[in-house]
Amino acid sequence: MLAKRIIPCLDVKDGRVVKGIHFLNLRDAGDPVEIGAFYSREGADELVFLDITATIESRPTILHVVEKTAEEVFIPLTVGGGIKGIEDIKQLLSSGADKVSINTAAIKNPDLIKEASERFGSQCIVVAIDARRVESLKSKVKRKNEKNLSSYASNFQPSTFDFQPSWEVYINSGRTPTGLDALEWAGEVESLGAGEILLTSMDADGTKDGYDLELTKRISDSATIPVIASGGAGNLQHLFEALTEGKADAVLAASIFHYGEHSIKETKDFLRKQGIIVRS
Amino acid sequence: MIAVIDYGMGNLRSVSKALERVGGEVKITSSVEDIEKAEAIILPGVGAFYQAMENLKSRGIVVPLCQAIDSGKLFLGICLGLQLLFEESEEGNCKGLNVLPGKVKKFQIEDLKVPHMGWNGVRFKDSQLSLLEGIPEGSYFYFAHSYYVEPTDEEVILTMTEYGIPFTSAVRKDNIFGVQFHPEKSGEKGLRLLENFVRISKE
Repeated sequence: MLAKRIIPCLDVKDGRVVKGIHFLNLRDAGDPVEIGAFYSREGADELVFLDITATIESRPTILHVVEKTAEEVFIPLTVGGGIKGIEDIKQLLSSGADKVSINTAAIKNPDLIKEASERFGSQCIVVAIDARRVESLKSKVKRKNEKNLSSYASNFQPSTFDFQPSWEVYINSGRTPTGLDALEWAGEVESLGAGEILLTSMDADGTKDGYDLELTKRISDSATIPVIASGGAGNLQHLFEALTEGKADAVLAASIFHYGEHSIKETKDFLRKQGIIVRS
Repeated sequence: MIAVIDYGMGNLRSVSKALERVGGEVKITSSVEDIEKAEAIILPGVGAFYQAMENLKSRGIVVPLCQAIDSGKLFLGICLGLQLLFEESEEGNCKGLNVLPGKVKKFQIEDLKVPHMGWNGVRFKDSQLSLLEGIPEGSYFYFAHSYYVEPTDEEVILTMTEYGIPFTSAVRKDNIFGVQFHPEKSGEKGLRLLENFVRISKE
């Protein structure tokens, strides 16, 4: 049986891990290679490096980091952040990344997904979707009607359908709304040849209150490619929920691992006890 | 020297670095001379079957590769490199190297996500084999593929894996080995498999 994957994510800026690792007795707690090797030894199933480098000039740094990591770490490595075109993808893959995660560039030029997956194979093209919950048009209209026709409000029986939530896709690190529906976009990236979806709930991200299970489930149910849930992990139960109720194929988390709240081994033991298949 | 065949199908760096880690002397190459000289050949590869065959043809290495295999040279196909050994693939209805009888088929099972992506266990059909030495049955390896091989001759099946159906995850016939998973990305177990391969190449 295919195992559910546990994926730590490192934010890398100018070749260094930011929001550094707080628990390890590492020689260099800011070195992505050393941290990557540590997580690999601990049993992480993959690694994600998110390059949040501020300037174009420092972009080559990430390639060097990827090269060094590929020499030391023998589990899959996904690199995302700042990918603009086919040349960026080519460079990252030939430096040793196994997959690239494309976000903004995929929205601006959806053909990039098609071109990249045809050229390099679907298995290495991950499309990252940052989604924020919106009120559905129906519920907005209803609310407006409620205001205008307040006397009817007490008679109004909302059906569950009226409250069907939807999620909008954001780009530019969550700053720019696109007007695209996350479910529709997920369907499109799949038909363009993406091999995986890295789904981040912007509402949940940073809260430590758990993943957006409804979003995760909706996307995972409709997708025929694997979905990695991201954003909101605060404890091990949250990971369990994302993999069961949320139907995610993999879970990505940062702070619960980096701050030493839970080790990868502890995480896997916890999940295994609850019947989840994880790699031992 | 182990020749890792470079034919424009994916990143060879991981494969060569992993081999070096376990003591292999590696050359990434597409030259006929290197293929002839090498003690062993590794054909890695990710991407489309058709493109891979085209790239092998345009580099003029289809015949040298087949000759090397026929001559008994140790060979390991990884992922697409395994699939290419067979007669033909459903992916683009394309002919392969035809070294082993059988076909390459697409996963088509309801509610099954494709690609088959991630870590899955392998069941041994023959645990005596040197390539698997020191690797416990049930060990997990990393997979990333949408097609799987179906050998005509079941005798060549080395390991099986479950993904909706049981499929062949590794084969062996004489000097020919092939694995559907990526040993270079499968942590310690994968390194052990490559270490075994390097050891066999030196025997």
